[in-house]
Order: sequence, then structure tokens, then C-alpha cells
Amino acid sequence: MKFQNLTIQEMRQKLKSGDLTSVELTRACLARIKATDSQLNAFITVCEEEALAAAAIADQQLAAGNAELLTGIPVAVKDIFNTLDVRTTCGSKILDNYVSPYDATAIVKLRQQGAVIVGKLNMDEFAMGSSSENSAAGAVRNPWDQERVPGGSSGGSAAAVAAGQVVATLGTDTGGSVRQPASHCGVVGLKPTYGRVSRYGVIAFASSLDQVGPVAGNVEDCALMLGAVAGYDPADSTSVDCPVPDYLENLQEGVAGKKIGLPKEYFIDGLDADIKQAVDAAIATYRQLGAEIVEVTLPHTDYSVACYYLIAMAEASSNLARYDGVRFGVRKDNGEGLIGMYQQTRSAGFGDEVKRRIMLGTYALSSGYYDAYYLKAQKVRTLIRQDFQNVFEQVDFLLTPVAPTPAFKIGEKVDDPLQMYLSDIFTIPTNLAGTCGLSLPCGFSQEGLPIGLQLIGKPFAEAEILQAAYAFEQATDWANKVPTL
Amino acid sequence: MKISQNDVEHVARLARLSLEPDELQTMTRQMDVMLGYVEKLNELDTTGIEPMAHAVPMSNAFRKDESQPVIGIERALQNAPASGENCFKVPKVIE
Repeated sequence: MKFQNLTIQEMRQKLKSGDLTSVELTRACLARIKATDSQLNAFITVCEEEALAAAAIADQQLAAGNAELLTGIPVAVKDIFNTLDVRTTCGSKILDNYVSPYDATAIVKLRQQGAVIVGKLNMDEFAMGSSSENSAAGAVRNPWDQERVPGGSSGGSAAAVAAGQVVATLGTDTGGSVRQPASHCGVVGLKPTYGRVSRYGVIAFASSLDQVGPVAGNVEDCALMLGAVAGYDPADSTSVDCPVPDYLENLQEGVAGKKIGLPKEYFIDGLDADIKQAVDAAIATYRQLGAEIVEVTLPHTDYSVACYYLIAMAEASSNLARYDGVRFGVRKDNGEGLIGMYQQTRSAGFGDEVKRRIMLGTYALSSGYYDAYYLKAQKVRTLIRQDFQNVFEQVDFLLTPVAPTPAFKIGEKVDDPLQMYLSDIFTIPTNLAGTCGLSLPCGFSQEGLPIGLQLIGKPFAEAEILQAAYAFEQATDWANKVPTL
Repeated sequence: MKISQNDVEHVARLARLSLEPDELQTMTRQMDVMLGYVEKLNELDTTGIEPMAHAVPMSNAFRKDESQPVIGIERALQNAPASGENCFKVPKVIE
């Protein structure tokens, strides 16, 4: 059997029984990456030596009977995670030479669980984008159709899993950056509740919205990955000190008697016909599984893109002030003094999309405009959160499309930033409200492109949407489809 | 126009970016489109609505004021474009 068809749970069994060693598994994984990545460009850095060393240690632990959740399993992470002694670029020229002096908390947790980190995944520069085209390392390609984008910003994280390069990955989701690429690549991606996973050591984009999320080939593996990285971290004052449930324990719970809300604002004219059909079929499946379906309303949905981009750009302009050529990164200096050095460094180091967001964010925060733009957006954010609080008094979770269209063509939206931003309309509100959401495969377009279904849960109700996703996955066979590569 | 080329030049100075003439033109056009789009928020009356800075209802997170292990000078300086005498080196600030 090819390793790329195994799940994490199957790998664990084979490692435990001695059918397979971690070194063998890691070599197979590295070989698969070597064979396929010239087509996909999903990886920025492959850590062959470090991975094989970690695999050898994992084999010793397995032999001694000391297996943790991920002992000996090869995984990969978005290049936004600080990873000790490994190049960490965040998809940017400005961090081209940056080698991290420490591990992000999520990386520490993966290592504690015995995971073998095989590399760093490609992404939109500083996680700003919905297509993974804005990367200093070049665009990522969709494994289902290499002329198309894999989604973004965690495009590498989703493409690598879809292509069987690794069994699971970590991404980050600020406005849909895990769920939208998972949808476009036909894999499972989860954005946990804000505060569920530590952001320490995750290169910051918009600090009040950023959240770490797992991507995997099926719901059970996604639940396992979440369990591995979730939890309070004193190093992240916004992580929440509440117990982490065992996400695998009641996965088979089912949805009988559950009340599922369909927000009418997410089923608008202009929604792609294939997507509408696939989502309608999913609704019928849930009905058959015993759930009650009710229409609900999130009246401020239409304002979420404007609200999100003002807040995210304002926070980004502040977070990205640190890239000044002083402490790390690539410095450009042609002898025009300190301010000149800052300007040359930043102008040469940032890509167009990042500059655009820094500019808009700086403008929105600048004297005379703060109240009209930033403060106004923060107030609208309150209204959007209230929408969710209201519907969660009526239903257990929400069911929606992930994106208004399947994966678009590479280059199609690069010259029209607003069109690109509007493609995030169904994923953004979850981040603004601070709640959790996941994307799972629910069908294909007529052109053979994967379509994702989004389940949005109450704050800290990841277990509940994972159970609902698992029930759907068991009742359908979308998760078993893989692209040919 | 929501924003002029002069405004954009001013914001670029605040953001410590220098834009080439063609970049400046594109930036002005694209910022204008975005600022026009976000005007949409003014359709909503937000009188008396509290601004939301954060998704988690929490106030300041305090910790005990105790010393903890730190990364160390060598590690902190390993990525510095220029360093010396345990410091980051920058271009001359005061003439």
C-alpha cells in the first residue's frame, strides 16, 4: 500500500505493530514530496536531515513502547510558524534569510507529541491573500488542476495534504485561510475558536483574528491534530484557560436531534450553481441523519468584508512595523541615514499586496481618519458578533458554503484586489465573531474541482462540529477521492 | 476621489515605504476603490454600540513579576543584519 493513502490512525497502528518504522515512513514522505513538488510548489523548505533524525528518535520511542499521539508521523507546517534553526520566511523576501531562534508553541506541542516535521509550506506573503499567489517563493498550484489556485493563504498546507505529500499540516486562518484552501483542495480544515490554540511564535498578521488550524485528509485526523496543538499557553495572553476535550472520544456521536441553521444571507443569487447543488445535497444528507434544518438570519453579513479588511489591515500595518532591517531580515541601505534604511528595506522587502494592506491600514489608523474607519469597523464587528450570538440561541451550529466559487485560475484575480477580497465573504464572519468553523469535502463541480461545506460552531464547540462533520463523512464518500499526480 | 496622490505619498511616508511613480499611481487607484467600498459601513447606525477590540471577553492578563529564562544575546543577535559589542548596529542617527 502506498503511504499517501494511509490516515494518521492507520500510520499509528502500523508504527505500533512494527509493520512500518518512522524512518521508512519519513523517507517515503520525502520521496513523494520530491516526486510531486515541482508540479505544486507547496513547500518552501524541506527539512530532510532534521526529519530523518527526528524519525530515528521516534523509532526508539516506539520500540520502547512510549508512543504519544503523533510519534513518528511526518507532518508539515505553514512557513508562518517559527521553527527552531529552520529558515522561516512567511512567504516574504524580507525574511528570506531568517532562521528562527525558537519554536512556536504549536511546534513545541507537535514535537512533544512525537511528530516528525518534514518541512515548511508555501503561503501568501504574511498570510495576506486568498490564492497563495502572493509568495516570494512563487505561486502554489492546485493538485486537482494545476492551472488553478489552491486557495489561500494556507495554500501549501491544503495542497500538500490533497496531493498525499504529508498526512496532515498546520495552517493559520485570519479570514478563511485554512477553510478556503481546504475547500478548494478537497481536504478537511478547521479554524478553532480564537484563543483555543496559542499564537506564540506564529508570525502575526492581524492579532485579534489570527488562529492556528489543522488540515488533514479526513475528520478524525483533523480532530487528532487539533487535540495535539490546543490549549492554554502562558506565553499567549489571549489563549484561553479552559480544558481541552478529547476530540476523538465522542466523534461518532452523530447529529440526530441537532438543530442546524442555514443563514439565508449565505445562499444568495450569484452563488455558483455547482456549489449550490452540492450544499443542497449535504443539507438533505443531514436531514436523513436526523438533524432538524431551520433557516436563520445573520443580517450584517453583507458588511463583514468591509469590516474585516479595515480591522485586518489596521492591525497588519501595526504588526508589520517591526520589519525595519534592524533586528532580523534583509536590510537594504544605500547610506541615506536611518529613515532611508527603513524605507529602502521595506520597499524592497514587501510584495505589492502587503504594501497595499500596510498603506490602507496606516491610512485607517492615521490622525483624522481613525474614528471614521477603524473605530467604525470595530463597532460593526460588535453587530456581527451579536448576529452569531442570536442565532446560536436558536440552533446548535450553522451550515454554509465555504466559498462562492470553486478554485479560480492562477492570475484571474491578481489585478483586482477587491474581487479577491470578496471571495472570502463566507469565511470572514467566523473570525470577526471569534467562533469556530471547519471545511469538509461535499462534492465536485462539473469541471472536477472540489467543493467544500462549512460548519460553524459556537465558541469552543469544536467537538460538536467535528462530530457533525464525521457523521457526514461516514454517510458520503467525498473524502476518499484523491487527485491523480 | 476618496484619496489623492498627495495623501498617498503622505501615508507612504508614515508607513516608511517609498513608492516609485508608477507604484504610486496604482496604489492611489486601488486605495480609492477600497476606501469607496468600505464606505458601505456608514449605512449602519452604530450610535451607542461598543467597539469590539477582541473576540475573547477578557481584560488584562497579568503574571507575577518574576524573572524567567530568556533567549540569550547570541540567539537574539543571530539574525541581525549588522551587530557588534552585543548590540544591533544601525546607520548613524545623530550627526
